[in-house]
Amino acid sequence: MSVQTTTDAATASRLNAKIPSGPIDQKWSRHKFDLKLVNPANRRKYTILCVGTGLAGASGAAALGELGFNVRCYTYNDSARRAHSIAAQGGINAAKNYRNDGDSVWRLFYDTVKGGDFRAREANVYRLAELSVRIIDQCVAQGVPFARDYGGLLDTRSFGGAQLSRTFYARGQTGQQLLLGAYQALQRQVAAGTVSVNTHTEMLDVIVVDGRARGIVTRNLRTGKIESHFGEAVVLCTGGYGNAFYLSTNAKNCNTTAIWRAHKRGAFFGNPCYTQIHPTCIPVSGEYQSKLTLMSESLRNDGRVWIPKRKGDARAPHEIPEDERDYYLERKYPNFGNLAPRDIASRAAKEVCDEGRGVGSTGLGVYLDFRDSIQRLGEQVIRERYGNLFEMYERITGEDGYKVPMRIYPAVHYTMGGLWVDYNLESTIPGLFVGGEANFSDHGANRLGASALMQGLADGYFILSATLPDYIARTKLDKVSADHPEVRRVEAEVRDRVARLLAVKGKRTVDSFHRELGLLMWNYCGMARNEAGLTTALRRIPELREEFWRNVRVVDGSDSVNQSLEKAGRVADFLELAELICVDALHRRESCGGHFREESQTEDHEARRDDQDFCYVAGWEHTGDLGTPALHREPLVFENIALSERSYK
Amino acid sequence: MNLSLKIWRQANAQDPGHFEAYEATSVSHEMSFLEMLDVVNEGLILSGKDPIVFEHDCREGICGSCGFVINGRPHGAWQGTTVCQLHMRAFKDGDHLIIEPWRAAAFPVVKDLMVDRSALDRIIQAGGFIDAPTGSASDANAILVPKEKSELAFDAAACIGCGACVAACPNAAAMLFTAAKISHLGLLPQGQPRRSRRVLDMVGRMDAEGFGGCTNHGECEGACPKRIRMHFIAGMNRDLLTASLWRPRLEGPLHTLAEA
Repeated sequence: MSVQTTTDAATASRLNAKIPSGPIDQKWSRHKFDLKLVNPANRRKYTILCVGTGLAGASGAAALGELGFNVRCYTYNDSARRAHSIAAQGGINAAKNYRNDGDSVWRLFYDTVKGGDFRAREANVYRLAELSVRIIDQCVAQGVPFARDYGGLLDTRSFGGAQLSRTFYARGQTGQQLLLGAYQALQRQVAAGTVSVNTHTEMLDVIVVDGRARGIVTRNLRTGKIESHFGEAVVLCTGGYGNAFYLSTNAKNCNTTAIWRAHKRGAFFGNPCYTQIHPTCIPVSGEYQSKLTLMSESLRNDGRVWIPKRKGDARAPHEIPEDERDYYLERKYPNFGNLAPRDIASRAAKEVCDEGRGVGSTGLGVYLDFRDSIQRLGEQVIRERYGNLFEMYERITGEDGYKVPMRIYPAVHYTMGGLWVDYNLESTIPGLFVGGEANFSDHGANRLGASALMQGLADGYFILSATLPDYIARTKLDKVSADHPEVRRVEAEVRDRVARLLAVKGKRTVDSFHRELGLLMWNYCGMARNEAGLTTALRRIPELREEFWRNVRVVDGSDSVNQSLEKAGRVADFLELAELICVDALHRRESCGGHFREESQTEDHEARRDDQDFCYVAGWEHTGDLGTPALHREPLVFENIALSERSYK
Repeated sequence: MNLSLKIWRQANAQDPGHFEAYEATSVSHEMSFLEMLDVVNEGLILSGKDPIVFEHDCREGICGSCGFVINGRPHGAWQGTTVCQLHMRAFKDGDHLIIEPWRAAAFPVVKDLMVDRSALDRIIQAGGFIDAPTGSASDANAILVPKEKSELAFDAAACIGCGACVAACPNAAAMLFTAAKISHLGLLPQGQPRRSRRVLDMVGRMDAEGFGGCTNHGECEGACPKRIRMHFIAGMNRDLLTASLWRPRLEGPLHTLAEA
């Protein structure tokens, strides 16, 4: 593997984050004033194509529809309401300070920058914290049933990486209720005629004309029809790529195709190696396992994490006396205890299991124990707080979490990396905007709990709805028609790819390739990474990709529902992205947040950052050859928060 | 354990469809139901046959994508559980399972176990929302909502739109689905301004989509994976009656209502 590096001069011209000048607390409001507007009477003449209907996509499309633009949404699901934002459990952060516990926009900003291990842009994070307050207002106005107290006021709880209570929640179904709020706002616009939603429609490529994103090519999953759609701008809110690891907490259909295709058309990929492994998931039970299920981080408010002190202790948990238990998070991080951030809690779990102290039949598990909370508060209170999670745990494992401690283990959950975007959420392809988990922007190298919902809705409701009209107002665009040579070329490439997948007629199913890729990624590019492992992965991924195109078996038929063909296209893209993830992980010879390089750790096995050499965003350019992408650096400048060691002790 | 499956196969909406028999062998108790079908499908693909089409996504019981009928029960025998969360512990060696899609005129079969549920989206478009344009909201705590009402609204808002209530109903009614949204929004202070229009428009749309009416069988409540209660239907009927008194003033095509 070799990495091409551009000179600093070239870098500066290609990765301009366009961060507004001025003090950090005024950047966004000044910038909004500088953004150009589109006359209300003209808005309906402009078409915006919005791919994905999760929190960012649905809220962005609804907000743009409310402004009067002609918005067309696309989702591969049968309804906009199914996007995977729906599965977010715990909550959404906002700097409301309703608790009078010292919260402020500044503190949320600080916690998020620190939580991301100083690998996010200050200006973006500040804006996120600033907008968090309005998101809660907006959602309540839409009828989102957040938890309330007996006075009728909103309730909050604590989440990892924060020492105060700023997380608003709706039982264990916050994502569901927020998404339904955005979905309903979207359907309101459908009724008003500003938005159309194309369901069962998967985006397979971006059409770039004269250097600008002007359209997309889609495949109708019910009829197989391949079609082109045109507009003045394209928005991708298509989520993360955690399913590159096969087993993850993502929904089965989550994939990288939209952003990967855009990457291959010129959008730089930011920090692909920043992946989040969530500490509290239900452990793997067998080879047939199709996905992993998260148990909300909020459980760590009342659950205590422990393992036996002695290696190979096979006693049942209740037989292990108190002094033979190791509450390792409380021991190692007394200030944050069980609410240590996700990357830290996950690595700690791996460390104790690697020592041979893990629990359960596989030895890959730790206890999450509610015994003490039940004694202190009573089972009823715990039931009210987390009832649905305990129920889900019991359905999956057959065990009662009120009586025996839950067994949990880390699993891939979220990807901080994504398409590189500037302050306006515009990628390196002009006119291609990216929101939510699909972009790389606000979480740095590790995302704190309850921040993803905040970012998705901030991007959609408030940022895209301001920056996208500015792009349209500033840009003179001719109409693009279906017979434009570039449109024909991209469409032909999409058809050809589908045909090639069907033509292989090999002997291995798509899933078997996906599982093998996932295992490679988990073993060599998971919670701990090192040069030897990454080099191995970089050798084996291209081999696997080669075998895929030679030996995959896709079911016949491209003119009706063919789920095997859908999966094949997605896995083909994961097989390419996986290589870029490993290239990025190998090049970043420091540890930061979710990216832990074994070569770069402190004496007590904490991540050791290298601000001298790596305080930058890695923006990868596709060069035509998958093995040798070109690296562009966007330096990160910290003017408001001093770069310091990230400690939760 | 080994199971005998009879699964509904239908190539498209025009095809009359038929049952086909399959054997599921070496099924582990720890598998989810969909994982069992994954294994069957892998076998079908390798032997050159068409795999069984079923919708699914989150596999955590919240997206509402999955759903079919197992031995006459939508989502299978476990109460309050979607089929993706149904685990094979529920079955024993030698069981015979009959698996078929949701059956309702308003849910045409797309392929095998996959049906077209877009009618549910159109019911929401008719009024299943609160008019709160982005940026117009006042401070969140300016609206006080009694905890009991908020919790009740949540019970209704928990609907995942899977369509099991329709499949369970002998009349193929979508009243539990529609009532759940009407109740969620109608119980909250924010939802009051549109309350009368909402119930008229949503019920009107529901009827136009070809769903049946409620005759109090209660099958919907039994099948609902989120345990949404029938009393919401009673609440909807009350709202409908009250709103009907206003109907002369409210009548008009949908788009004028949305813009008014």
